[in-house]
Amino acid sequence: MENATGAAPSRPGSRIHRRRAALAPYAFLTPWLLGLLVFVLGPMAASLYLSLTDYNFLQPPTFLGFDNYIRMFTSDPRYLKSVQVTALYVAVSVPLQLIFALGLALLLDRAIKGASIYRAVFYLPSLIGTSVAVAVLWRTVFGQDGLVNAALGVIGIESTTSWVGSPDTALLTLIALNVWTFGSPMIIFLAGLRQIPRSYYEAAEVDGAGAVRRFASITIPLLTPIVFFNLILQTIYAFQAFVPAYIVSNGQGGPADSTLFYTLYLYQQGFTNFQMGYASAMAWTLLVAIALVTGLNFLLSRYWVFYADGAR
Amino acid sequence: MSAEIADAPPARSTRTQRVVLQVVLAVLALAMIYPLLWMFMSSLRENDSIFSDASLALRNLTFDNYVRGWDAQQFPFSRYFVNSIVVTTAVILANVVACSLTAFAFARMSFRMKPVLMAVMLMTIMLPEHVTIVPQYVLFSELGWLNTFLPLTIPKLFATEAFFVFLIIQFMRGIPQEIDEAAAIDGCGPFATYRRIMLPLITPALATTAIFSFIWTWNDFFRPLIFLTDNSLFTVPLAVRLFVDIGGTDWGALFAMSILSLVPIFLFFVFGQRYLIRGIATTGLK
Repeated sequence: MENATGAAPSRPGSRIHRRRAALAPYAFLTPWLLGLLVFVLGPMAASLYLSLTDYNFLQPPTFLGFDNYIRMFTSDPRYLKSVQVTALYVAVSVPLQLIFALGLALLLDRAIKGASIYRAVFYLPSLIGTSVAVAVLWRTVFGQDGLVNAALGVIGIESTTSWVGSPDTALLTLIALNVWTFGSPMIIFLAGLRQIPRSYYEAAEVDGAGAVRRFASITIPLLTPIVFFNLILQTIYAFQAFVPAYIVSNGQGGPADSTLFYTLYLYQQGFTNFQMGYASAMAWTLLVAIALVTGLNFLLSRYWVFYADGAR
Repeated sequence: MSAEIADAPPARSTRTQRVVLQVVLAVLALAMIYPLLWMFMSSLRENDSIFSDASLALRNLTFDNYVRGWDAQQFPFSRYFVNSIVVTTAVILANVVACSLTAFAFARMSFRMKPVLMAVMLMTIMLPEHVTIVPQYVLFSELGWLNTFLPLTIPKLFATEAFFVFLIIQFMRGIPQEIDEAAAIDGCGPFATYRRIMLPLITPALATTAIFSFIWTWNDFFRPLIFLTDNSLFTVPLAVRLFVDIGGTDWGALFAMSILSLVPIFLFFVFGQRYLIRGIATTGLK
């Protein structure tokens, strides 16, 4: 980690010089420190306080204690629905996305013509996956007259379902969208695969290990830290998904709240109903949930993540 | 983690394996970009033939959608593009300067608070913006900044995009420490070392920062949605969404403007691919 060893110039001389050198790092950090206080830590403290209040932006907040948090879990069915929708979305789309990412990375790791073009094509959706344009596209592709039904028609299945318009399938379309953006974890897998020394494979081959054995005993174990890294990142991203649900459902989270993502409900409460205390409580609950899931992942990683240097 | 994906020796394959692989990859790649290609072709078709034509055939093409779509909202799209360009340019400049300054302190200088501050910086990467958005809204409202571009740009001057700080730190770690020491012996102060020695050496990391800044800011919907309510200030994503609002959607015009909204991203993607891939591989940014 640490390779910075006193970069401050060791000019021979006075205490003033040394003091100035000691202050120099803080001079560089001043903008960041100010930003941290004004735009991050300050607002965090404020939102923690607001989460304990009833606040509609126009009148000063009135203190409620933990009422917002209690209300969420006991008397707000839409909140619980948004938790359920988001949990399902994260639990299904992230593993699928990582499976695609790993599969494609393994294929692209081989010497083949046009590998860089494939890499670009597979990666592109990651870049635009959260754009309004793509969400709009998804709305039509999975609509009643959309591409999906047309493609089903080609293979002989007549379907007039509007996939985005039906409560049973609307969430599936958003899961598909997230899976479609597997390019960014794929790139990380590729970088990880190229880190594995070829000599390991050669040695295994000399010892008579077949392709399957080499994959199971070398590739997979050595890749587990990368799998873990991708899992953590993509889970955190998925918890915060917003734009596709907003566009597909006109900001409503419909049909029948089936795409009421957590962040969408938070937005509705905070910025259309101006229940800003409640929205703040939702935000803190989200932060705690993400921290818990990340922490749980770290705990579980002891059992499946393998570090070549033996570190745990 | 090495980012030099292209240079490492790849695994070997037999001839048949290669053929099968090519077919599989080609089919998958086509399936993945088909919706985008279809949207592009649909943007060139009359509204009534869009949904009857799931193919990419080059027939009955017209530019009407682009002409109609450009002026379909309260303001012409030139207005929305200018708004987006102003915001993204400001964010790029702010991120490059502020994040490289911060990264320089963390990567190249030693100070007592470093481990603590570094940990705080890394944690802010993971912080969902929802936790700070309500108080930020109140703050910007008090400052009279609602319905201006200031909430979208000013925070970036203070290196609030910690991802880029992390990215630049990772890059700076690959630069030999002796360079700073030589600069110091030659009489460079820390700021001169940063500006004259380090900045030129980290241009690839700055390019990555600039490209991701562009794409994220250009795509951003959540913050403009919250801070901008005056149509004349809308960025491109907000303007594209206006089509969805109206009942009986003009799909052709919507697709045409959607395609236009993606063009700058495609351009940055094509010209910055090398930097994007490297950025992804080292830090996992999306």
